[in-house]
Amino acid sequence: MPDQTTGTQPAPPRLELRGVTKQFAGVRALSNVNFRLGRNEIVGLIGDNGAGKSTLIKNVCGYHQPDEGEILFDGVPVTDLTVEKARDLGIAAVYQERALADLQTLWRNIFIGQEIETRFGFLNVREMRRATHKLMLESMGFTSTAVTPDSVVKNFSGGEKQGIAITRALYFDAEILILDEPAVGLSIKEIDKLLTFIQSIRDAGKSAILIDHNIFHVYEVADRLVIMDRGKIAGRFRPKERSVIELTQIMREIAETGKSSVPDDPFEGGGETTGEVAS
Amino acid sequence: MTNTSTDAPAAGGELPPVTGKGVSLLDDPKRFVNTYAGQLGITGAFLLLWLAFVIAAPDTFLKINIYTAFAATIPLFGIVAMPLTLVVTAGEIDLSFPSTMALGMVGFVLVWENTGNVPLAFLTALAIGALAGLINGYVIVKIGVPALVATIGTLFFFRGLSLVVIGGRNVTLTATRDSVLFRLFVGKFAGIPMQFFWLLLVAVATWILLNRHKYGAAIYVIGDNEQTAKLQGINTVWVRGVSFVLVGVAAAFAGVISSLFIVSFFPSVGEGQLLPALAAVFVGGTSVFGGKGTVWGTLLGAFMIGTINAGIVAVGLTGFYTELIYGAVIVVSVSIHAMVQRRFG
Repeated sequence: MPDQTTGTQPAPPRLELRGVTKQFAGVRALSNVNFRLGRNEIVGLIGDNGAGKSTLIKNVCGYHQPDEGEILFDGVPVTDLTVEKARDLGIAAVYQERALADLQTLWRNIFIGQEIETRFGFLNVREMRRATHKLMLESMGFTSTAVTPDSVVKNFSGGEKQGIAITRALYFDAEILILDEPAVGLSIKEIDKLLTFIQSIRDAGKSAILIDHNIFHVYEVADRLVIMDRGKIAGRFRPKERSVIELTQIMREIAETGKSSVPDDPFEGGGETTGEVAS
Repeated sequence: MTNTSTDAPAAGGELPPVTGKGVSLLDDPKRFVNTYAGQLGITGAFLLLWLAFVIAAPDTFLKINIYTAFAATIPLFGIVAMPLTLVVTAGEIDLSFPSTMALGMVGFVLVWENTGNVPLAFLTALAIGALAGLINGYVIVKIGVPALVATIGTLFFFRGLSLVVIGGRNVTLTATRDSVLFRLFVGKFAGIPMQFFWLLLVAVATWILLNRHKYGAAIYVIGDNEQTAKLQGINTVWVRGVSFVLVGVAAAFAGVISSLFIVSFFPSVGEGQLLPALAAVFVGGTSVFGGKGTVWGTLLGAFMIGTINAGIVAVGLTGFYTELIYGAVIVVSVSIHAMVQRRFG
């Protein structure tokens, strides 16, 4: 395999993991993982519980540091990645249960921890209401008069709540959004709403990683699917070129044997090259 | 809930203008009622109770004297109830403040006896209050002891420390009467006891802190969902810790006012203020589960709690009824809050 770095790549991937290994008490949670997230790309990270999805994400978010390998943002290796550093680099994780404060109003939720101030820490409430109202109309699609910036978040549906969290992340210039099992517990109608919000990440020119154990949830919206199994990347596929049935069969095969007999789909740009699959 | 369904776009494409204005009574009365149902409820309950007293004992409740008495006694626990609202909104509790009232006063008495300097004695009391709050905060936030348990411990500890240090003495404070601070704290202005103005000042300051400052915004989120607060980068240790310090300082202040008011220091100062202050917070509609708090509610709650005692006597019932009605008012108010929460929340 020729060295990729000597080629004429227009821009390095937004995020890259090279040979990342992570052990917990002797158990290899991640084993020589290579992963790339391109600019304006939405990747579905698929795998069963314990496949290593969460460990991978926690390394990217700075909660864990890899034992071996390196993490690169825009082609620049970042050592000793902390939660704060990750946030400064534009990583925003959206967790369904922990994204919002339910009893608070919409405007307070948008500005949690990053309020607009006048001075001495006093709040510019009017400006925050105005900004929230604009986001509601322009980004969230809340056009009903029943909803105002002073509506309490508790009454919104699961899909809408994640939409609010996604909108908040984009408003504060997140570059990479990580959504952890975003579709769990949502009705089909709600998932449709959620997919619209995920689409808004693409429209804003940002990137996203969707973590899920179910291929159906991310099939429609992901540019690429990366399948993990037992701490390794087990396959990379383009949902556009394969049917759900085909992908499900591949998933089943990976679950049984740890790898797929179907070769990875080729990618240009941000995608990994097939030769990098850990053996 | 159907009242916030977002499925239907506004008919005719008439979108509300983006103004940044809050919910206004005049523009949208229905939404105003929905938004402030809890606070309107407590206001109604307050007026009903007052009306009941006026009807049952017009001779007392239509004269100014009883109100002057209320204005003198309600601040003694009302001043602590304000920062206590912050602590409860953050999902915590502080039961130790009655003893902090005494501990601060012990510092006051010792400094005053040795220097005769009342302002210095006052500042010492506040500093001790802050330190007591810091101890609570450390044990709860840093060590991780649940606030209920930790502050039961410090309730005893601070009282015991006060008794040991002052040797159980009662101290007459007659000589403080000529000081400026005495007149400023427990004198009268236009016939109204000064401590009443201090209660209003503390209430306004607490309202601003809770509703118009970053600190209060953090309090709400921490009480609501601490995980969210942490993920969004809020320093939850600092915010929770400071809330206990604020209660400590307010308790020391209330201890000074309580003692100057009767021109004597008793080591038992603050005893009997625990339940009225807590009741004021909960009757007012602040949620014991955190995330929801109202300073306006606490203020009215303090007035309701503070009125009952005198009211019952004025109505002509024996003192036996005091606790009965006291309890009934508390249970009915918090039940109303629970129902309002289900209906409008």
